[in-house]
Amino acid sequence: MKTLIIVEHNNDSVKPSTYSTITAASKISDKIDALMIGYNNDSAIDELKKSDHLNKIFNINKKGLENPIAENFSNHILDFLKNNDYSHILSPSSTFGKNLSPKIATELDVQQISDIISIIDSDTFERPIYAGNAIAKVKSLDKIKVLTVRPTCFEPCGLSSNVEVETVMFDNTEVSSVSYVGLDESKSDRPELTSAKVIISGGRGMQNGDNFKLLEGIADKLGAAMGASRAAVDAGFVPNDWQVGQTGKIVAPDLYVAVGISGATQHIAGIKDSKFIASINKDEEAPIFNFSDYGLVADLFEILPELEKKL
Amino acid sequence: MKALVCVKRVIDYNVKIRVKMDKSGVETDNVKMSMNPFDEIAVEEAVKMKESGIINEIIILSIGADTSQETIRTGLAMGGDRGILIKTDGQDLDPLNIGKIIKVVSEKENPDLIILGKQAIDDDCNQTGQILATLLNCHQATFASKVEVNSDKSINVTREVDGGLETIKVSLPCVITTDLRLNEPRYASLPNIMKAKQKKIETLDVNDLSIKLDKRVQTIEVNDPPSRKPGVMVNDVDSLIEKLRNEAKVI
Repeated sequence: MKTLIIVEHNNDSVKPSTYSTITAASKISDKIDALMIGYNNDSAIDELKKSDHLNKIFNINKKGLENPIAENFSNHILDFLKNNDYSHILSPSSTFGKNLSPKIATELDVQQISDIISIIDSDTFERPIYAGNAIAKVKSLDKIKVLTVRPTCFEPCGLSSNVEVETVMFDNTEVSSVSYVGLDESKSDRPELTSAKVIISGGRGMQNGDNFKLLEGIADKLGAAMGASRAAVDAGFVPNDWQVGQTGKIVAPDLYVAVGISGATQHIAGIKDSKFIASINKDEEAPIFNFSDYGLVADLFEILPELEKKL
Repeated sequence: MKALVCVKRVIDYNVKIRVKMDKSGVETDNVKMSMNPFDEIAVEEAVKMKESGIINEIIILSIGADTSQETIRTGLAMGGDRGILIKTDGQDLDPLNIGKIIKVVSEKENPDLIILGKQAIDDDCNQTGQILATLLNCHQATFASKVEVNSDKSINVTREVDGGLETIKVSLPCVITTDLRLNEPRYASLPNIMKAKQKKIETLDVNDLSIKLDKRVQTIEVNDPPSRKPGVMVNDVDSLIEKLRNEAKVI
């Protein structure tokens, strides 16, 4: 059994989702290679080299591959697989992996298993269905297993190794005619939601976008990322990419603080792997309290300034 | 231009699902069923494009038992022109099989645009659009939050990715999968619901398509998710901070 990891990166650095995927792979076999596709990706390679569990890193570094266009990545992966056999091909179930991995599976005529949260054995996995309201244990009958891995369910691997890197050339592999127009990156000095240790999120109870300033001071003191419920995003209080939940970002911080969030099923589905959940809501019947380790029934406009001062 | 919109009949998103006692799946008897919400967004986008003159025909396709006709009718009431039902005996088909079925329909109908939801809210696979684009060897634009057709018939699609909003330019024919914020699906008006009853739905038996349908993933069991330990209520900010600091040790 041999596993290949498809690396998510932006040429400058490796996304943390990759390190979680490596940990998932280490539970399947101890022969793990990684494939990085990009352009001018030296610094990302230098980072990845430190990953524990990896046998070897293959690097395709080619002009035209600077952005993760699924067609291009898939073409190169398929050509790479012509000379390299793997029993398992793993990608993170980030938007990168969700976009790309089914293409690889289809080219191999394999049924991908999406978003696995645990590994029972080399062909049996658990994955959430119905927005996490049920967990399916499924077995792949395909010879090659193509999987996407939910990063928040696996700790990132250690970074104390020095892995061999082999550059592979695919000069003749087709680069597709999809053109990359650009990325409107969400800029923030705060940690990313999906990798933050602490997250503080606001919901409809915040009443407007300005009131999210009340969370900022607390986020500063806790070194926290800031998030929001779908209701707050739909109401236009904060940008789309703040949304936490089944249809937004799935998070698993050490501490999740929910402020003015009632606790809709789809929000709970995105936060229930958090180690601790604390919630503040003025409605004592709010469903969020059923999922919280600590609940405080209070008016958030009184409580937030006090919380900020006392932290 | 012609659009093919693929819709799936799923348990309504407001229904609290129940896992069956024998762990074979979730209870679907006497449960309200609806069109997958992401597919509703796909129908809406096609209808908007028809209203702005970009598209002149919308075909609504569903794969499933006879009951999936209702889901197609919903799409027709929203503005679809005609429907196609690929009839199965209601068994669960893996996304790869679904992709192969849609490919057959697509090769017959030759749509310029195939639009479908990014995922179904039952199996949460998020694969069908990508599989289909690969089988048809055409461009894919997944997780769309904005679709703009250019004068040269290429399409700029803004995609919701983890780091922000990514825009790519694809050419026709292509597959677009819809994300939540692409649009707000309309409610069908009563006159349109009545009109939809007159629209044609062609029914084909899946066994007549000469596709080998095989199950590659076996569901061993379905369980309830692990429940969280019940928590405690605190009375004030001081005790909240105390608990977080000394009991949970997370701040």
